[in-house]
Amino acid sequence: MKKFVLAFSLFTALALPAYAQARDVTFTTELQSYNGDGAYLALYLTDAAGEYQGTLWVSGKKSKYYKHLGGWARGSGLNPAEYDGLTGASVTSGRTLKITLNLDDSLIDNGYEVRVDSAVEDMRDIRADVVAPLTTEGSGKPVSGRGYVRSLTYDLQ
Amino acid sequence: MLRKFHGLPGLFAGLFLIVLSVTGAVLALAPALDRASAVIPGAGQVSVAELAGRIVAHYPQTEQIVRTYSGNVIVYYSRDGQAGADLVNPLTGEGIAPYGSSAFFGWVKDLHRAFMLDDAGRAMAGVLAVFMLILCISGMFLLARRTGGWANLLRPLSGSGSKRIHAELARFAVLGLLLSALTGTFMSAQRFGLLPEAPEIGPRFPAEVSGGQPAPVGSLKALGNVDLGGLRELVFPYPGDPQDVYSLTTSGGSGFVDQATGELLQYQPLAKGSVVQQWIVSLHTGEGLWWLGLILGAAALIVPVLSVTGITIWWQRRRSSGKLPDNIGAARADTVILVGSEGNTTWGFARELHASLGKVGFKVHCSEMNALAEHYPQASRLFVLTSTYGDGDAPASARRFMARLDNFRPGKALTFAVLGFGDRQFPNFCKFAVDVDKALAGKGLKRLHSIERIDRCSTSQFSKWGDKIGQTIGTSLGLDYNPLPPASVELELVERADYGLSVEAPTSILRFKVVEQGGWRRYVPGNRKTPSFEAGDLLGVVPPNGQAPRFYSLASSATDGVVEICVRKQPRGLCSGYLYELKPGNRISSFIRHNPGFRPATGSNPVILIGAGAGIGPLAGFIRKNASRNPMYLYWGGRSSQSDFLYQPELGRYLDDHRLTALNTVFSRSDERAYVQDKLKQDESAVRQMVNAGAQILVCGGKDMAAGVKQVIDEILKPLATDVEALRADGRYLEDVY
Repeated sequence: MKKFVLAFSLFTALALPAYAQARDVTFTTELQSYNGDGAYLALYLTDAAGEYQGTLWVSGKKSKYYKHLGGWARGSGLNPAEYDGLTGASVTSGRTLKITLNLDDSLIDNGYEVRVDSAVEDMRDIRADVVAPLTTEGSGKPVSGRGYVRSLTYDLQ
Repeated sequence: MLRKFHGLPGLFAGLFLIVLSVTGAVLALAPALDRASAVIPGAGQVSVAELAGRIVAHYPQTEQIVRTYSGNVIVYYSRDGQAGADLVNPLTGEGIAPYGSSAFFGWVKDLHRAFMLDDAGRAMAGVLAVFMLILCISGMFLLARRTGGWANLLRPLSGSGSKRIHAELARFAVLGLLLSALTGTFMSAQRFGLLPEAPEIGPRFPAEVSGGQPAPVGSLKALGNVDLGGLRELVFPYPGDPQDVYSLTTSGGSGFVDQATGELLQYQPLAKGSVVQQWIVSLHTGEGLWWLGLILGAAALIVPVLSVTGITIWWQRRRSSGKLPDNIGAARADTVILVGSEGNTTWGFARELHASLGKVGFKVHCSEMNALAEHYPQASRLFVLTSTYGDGDAPASARRFMARLDNFRPGKALTFAVLGFGDRQFPNFCKFAVDVDKALAGKGLKRLHSIERIDRCSTSQFSKWGDKIGQTIGTSLGLDYNPLPPASVELELVERADYGLSVEAPTSILRFKVVEQGGWRRYVPGNRKTPSFEAGDLLGVVPPNGQAPRFYSLASSATDGVVEICVRKQPRGLCSGYLYELKPGNRISSFIRHNPGFRPATGSNPVILIGAGAGIGPLAGFIRKNASRNPMYLYWGGRSSQSDFLYQPELGRYLDDHRLTALNTVFSRSDERAYVQDKLKQDESAVRQMVNAGAQILVCGGKDMAAGVKQVIDEILKPLATDVEALRADGRYLEDVY
C-alpha cells in the first residue's frame, strides 16, 4: 500500500523550497448548529477508491474517542505516528475550523479526495460526512456535508 | 474541628452544590423516562441478526444501530444524501419516531458537569464532588457523635428547628449522596488524568477479509449468536466497499463481522477495567439502572434544603458564639476560664468575666469544661464557672471534664478558683462545683480563691466575688452582669381553670395572650409581637417585687395562639402565689427561655409521658401537638379524680381523636392510695415492651416524684439489661424537674 506522510512533505517543503513543488492549501470546515458537545473531526485524504492515504487534521484531544471516526480510524489504524502534530481542539456547534497545510502538487488533480469523518458524544458517528475531490477547479467551491458539517471549502494558493 | 470540616466546605460550596444537585435530580429522570417509552422484547426472543434484518427492510441505507442502556433501539441511516435517526420497534423494525437527543437534557447535563464553562467548569464540578464527599463523611461522623455512636445512627433525634431538619434529612439522603459524590469524584479524576483510565483500544481492524459477495445482514451467523439484550452498537460497512466489515459492540466486548461469511473477527472481550468503569458511570447516571437513578435523584433534591438549613445553623452558631470576641488561644493565654453549663446561663457570667479580665490586659482563653486541654503552658490562673445538673451531676458542657482531668498536667504556677451556680433551695447546692474544686486541689493546684457558690444567679454575689478576685490579682474587675433577659413579653390573662382546692393542692391552668406592642414600636426589631416557643419551653415570670424570675414549663406552642402554663400554688410561694391571684385582664411581664432538650422524638416509636400534679402541663402540650398520631402513652398522678384531675376534658378529646393512645391515671387520695410510680410498676410488662420497641420516656414533675419514677423504671428495665442512664445517654429518657 502506498502511503505518504503529509507532515513529512510539509517539512521537506520548508527545507528544500527549490525542489519541492508544493503549495499552501486552506481547508475551511463549517459546522451545522446542532444540540450537542464539540464535534470530533478527521480530515484525511483517500484515493479515488476510498483507500486512506494520509491524515490532514484531527479535531478533538481524547484519542479514546477516535475510533468513532470510522473511516479514518480504519485507514490510519489509529497509529499515533499518522496524526502526531496534526491535532487540535474539538469544534463546537456552528463554529468553523480553518487550517492551512502545505501540500505536494502531486496530490492535486490526481484523483485524490478529501474526506471528513465526524462524531459527537452521545450522538451518531458520521463516516464520510463530506467527500470532495481535490482539484484545481474545486478550489473555493463549498461542498456540503451530510452530517454535522455544513460545508467544506479548500482554497489552493 | 470535625464541625469546621463540615461547615467550611458547606458554606463555600452551598450555592454551587444546589445547582449540581438540582440538575442531577433532573437528569436522574432521564433513564426512567427512556425506560418507560422503550419496547423491550424478552431475553432470547430477538437476535441482533433478526433485528438488523427487520430494520434494513425499512431503512435500506442503515449505517448504525444503537441500543441504549434503557433498551431503546435507534437506527442511524441515510436517505437522499441526508443523515437521519429514528427510534425503532425492535419487534418489527418499523420507525416509531424521529430520534434526537433532547436539547433540554443536553443543556441540563452541560450545566451539571461543567457549569456551561467547558474544562474550567468541569474542574469546578469535580472539586465540588470532592466537597460533597467531605460533607457526607464529616456529616456522618457528626451525626454519629450526636446520636451517641454508630450503632444509634437510626434512633429518633431530639432537638428542633433547622438542626433537626438538617440531621433528619441528611440521614435519609446520605447514602445516595455519598454514592453520587464518590462516583462523580472518580469520573472527574479520570477526566483530568488524576486516575488511570481503563485503556479502550478496542480490537484491531482485521488484516484479511473474505471480500466476497455481501450476504443479507439477517443471515450473518455472528449476529445471529448475539441476543438483542446484549447489543450496544452495530456499525454497518461503508456501502460498496467489499473490504469493509461490520463493527459489533456488545455488553461483553467488541469485534468485527465479515459481511460475506458472517464470521466473527478479532473479537476482544471487554477489559476488567472497562467493566468497572462502566459500572461507575451507571452508578452515577442511573443508565440502565433507572430505579437507582430515581433514588439518587430524590437524594439530590434534598441538597438544597440541607444547604439552606446548614447555612442557617452556621449563622445561628456564629451569632451566639460571636459574643466571645478576642478569645485567646489556649497555648498563649495567661488566664483560662472553663465553663460548665447545661442551658446557657453560666456562659453569660463567663463572658462578663472574660471581658473584664481582657479589659485590664489579661490574655484570656475561655472554653467549655469538656475542652480542658492537657496543658496550658502560659497560664497562671484558672477559673472554673459551673452549674450542677440534677442531683449533683455534671452539666452538659462538663460531662467529660472529670475524665479529662486525669490527663491534665498543670504547670507549677497555675492557681485556680471555682465559682458554682445553683439554687440554695435544693439539697446538694452546687455539688458538682464542690467536686471540681476538690478534684483540682487533688491534682496539686493551689487555690487562688476558695470556692464560692452563687445562689440563683445573684448579680450582687457575682459582683462581690469579682471584687475579691480583683484584690487577689491586684486589679479592679467591676463585674456587672444581669443574666435575666429583659422581660420582653407582656402577657394578659384571658382564661383560668382551677383545680384541687379541696385536696389542698390548688392548681390552675392559666391561659394568657400576648399583649401587642402599640404604634410604631411593633416595627422595632426585637419587639416582635409573638415570640416563638413550643410546649416544653420555659416561661420566665418576674414576680412583682423584682426578685429572680421563676420558670414554668409551657403547655402550649406559639401556633396554639395562647401562652398556657399549669401552676400549683406553693405554700408561701412568692411567684406561684402571685400567679394564682391573677384575674382575667391582669397583666404580667415574662420572657421565653427555649428548652429544646425536652421534646418528644418524631417517628413511629412509642412515647411514654410521665407526670404528676402540675407537671402534666408540657405533656398535655405535646399530646395536643401530636397531629401525626404517633403512639403516646400518658401516666399521670394526682390527688383526687373529683378535684385535681387537670386537663380532664382535653385528655378525653385527645383519646377520641387518637392524639393520645392510652391514659393511665392514679390518685393518691382515692381508694388506690397510689402514686404514678406505683401505676408504672403495675404496668411493668407493657412499659418494658414499649422500651424494648424503642420507646422514649419524658418525665415532668417535682424532684421526689422524678426520683421515684427513675427507681421504678430502673427496676422495670433490669430484664432488658439496660437502665435509665443508658436511655438518657441515647436521648430516650428526658426529664423536666422542678
